[in-house]
Amino acid sequence: MSRISKEEVKHVANLARLAISEKEADMFTKQLDDIITYAEQLNELDTTDVEPTTHVLDLKNVMRKDEPRKWLEKEDVLKNAPDHKDGQFKVPSILE
Amino acid sequence: MSLFDYTLKELQEKLHNKEISVTELVEESYQRIEAVDGKVKAFLTLNKEQALKQAEELDAARGTEGTGALFGLPIGVKDNIVTNGLRTTCASQFLDNFINPLYDATVVEKLADAKAVTIGKLNMDEFAMGSSNENSSYYATRNPWNTDYVPGGSSGGSAAAVAAGEVFFSLGSDTGGSIRQPAAFCGVVGLKPTYGRVSRFGLVAFASSLDQIGPVTRTVEDNAYLLEAISGHDKMDATSADVDVPNFTEALTGDVKGLRIAVPKEYLSEGVSEEVKEAVMSALRKYEELGATWEEVSLPHSKYAVATYYLIASSEASANLARFDGVRYGVRTQNAESMLDMFKRSRSEGFGDEVKRRIMLGTFALSSGYYDAYYKKAQQVRTLIKNDFEKVLEDYDVIIGPTTPTPAFKVGEIVDDPLTMYANDILTIPVNLAGVPGISVPCGFSSDGLPIGLQIIGKHFDESTVYRTAHAFEQATDFHKQRPSLGGAQS
Repeated sequence: MSRISKEEVKHVANLARLAISEKEADMFTKQLDDIITYAEQLNELDTTDVEPTTHVLDLKNVMRKDEPRKWLEKEDVLKNAPDHKDGQFKVPSILE
Repeated sequence: MSLFDYTLKELQEKLHNKEISVTELVEESYQRIEAVDGKVKAFLTLNKEQALKQAEELDAARGTEGTGALFGLPIGVKDNIVTNGLRTTCASQFLDNFINPLYDATVVEKLADAKAVTIGKLNMDEFAMGSSNENSSYYATRNPWNTDYVPGGSSGGSAAAVAAGEVFFSLGSDTGGSIRQPAAFCGVVGLKPTYGRVSRFGLVAFASSLDQIGPVTRTVEDNAYLLEAISGHDKMDATSADVDVPNFTEALTGDVKGLRIAVPKEYLSEGVSEEVKEAVMSALRKYEELGATWEEVSLPHSKYAVATYYLIASSEASANLARFDGVRYGVRTQNAESMLDMFKRSRSEGFGDEVKRRIMLGTFALSSGYYDAYYKKAQQVRTLIKNDFEKVLEDYDVIIGPTTPTPAFKVGEIVDDPLTMYANDILTIPVNLAGVPGISVPCGFSSDGLPIGLQIIGKHFDESTVYRTAHAFEQATDFHKQRPSLGGAQS
């Protein structure tokens, strides 16, 4: 039984903001299905009442004072942007 | 003989006695790169003009002011570590034009404080996703021991450059074995520190709960010096640990009498080649001669580590790589019709297949309806794997096994088979999941003349014992003194 369909792969690609061709969708469906099938071996383990580990260090929220601090200059930051105008990042139109 | 055949201590002495100059060291690096990097392909970007200028300044300052711990030593930096004003691409086309990063990673600031000289940026698998350097979007780094073989990955450039004598030492990053596996394949020393030991600020994030920056060197002692220089709590990284940084080199006594070594039976099971097993067994006999004892133990959840890792690392990557949207930096697609079209096409044109595959796997594992079955399940199994290590390390000082199941494989051999490629990291991945430190040191050669690595794993924040154990073995053997010939029938 396949774990992920080609339609689901296209849906996931859209969620991840990736454009994939039909040919790529076929390739990724096969590969992701293999990987997910492999990952299902974890179901052999009973994990009832096992706490999930998100992080290995015993850290709680790390807080600091909320103080303004000098960081990068706007002009420098804009130099790395693909497009900018009037001191702001410029992007294609958002509204259709 | 190359100047890089000396140890850090010897070079510092020669520099301060004015037997050699920093400029000579830096020129040695660039001459070697000129001579061999056409074959090795370890570098993506060179910092020649700046490095020679810095060398001149350091030479002028010799003897007149406080000197850094790494004074004048040529270092290579993996290309996912941000360097102010020096191109940083993560070996991705998405960042091909990122020639002007605006700040230094904390480790790069620390290198500057210690007066090391950055020679250039090192090749890697794109965004550190890969085990062979074949996922670099520029060119695949080759193994200096035989250029038909891969150097390992993702820090393949970091390991190959040190092995080939192009730099004195380097920095890599390790998420599932990315320092230790290439160190093993290239016959050098590579350490993944305890999670939290080294600041990740300025390391382009792949899997934030697993990533660590670490040192690659020719000797254990030099590795300890470099780790000391880059370690420490950093207010810019909330996950860096507020713990003391010991003087790691003080631990290098050469004495392992009474040391208790655990050898997981899962690490010498099927899938591990006979040559690798034999090299590890022979290392264990050496430890016995030196007065240590070893016993077989079990890390029973080892076989689940690869599946656990790919779910967790890919999930974290899918979130971390969302920042590459073509708005603030990087390469944007031409003539996008809308914002959404711009995001999708920029990312699809900028990312290679392995990166796309992992982003999609992670997005799937985190998506509604699958989260509990995949992501949460993997986090629960991570707890079991972590508990395995903690239990064994209550009774033993270190865990020893091979770094990789086999020596280096040939370029092109498994590049089209993601699962086989992932399985290569089966012995290194559990260490990242548990967050403990692990080192790879040379412990032999295959019949094909390729290096074999010994992995030594320790308790959280106990790099000192890991180094002591590695150093005692190194001092009793001469594998680390072998140098590659750069042979191979490379096309």
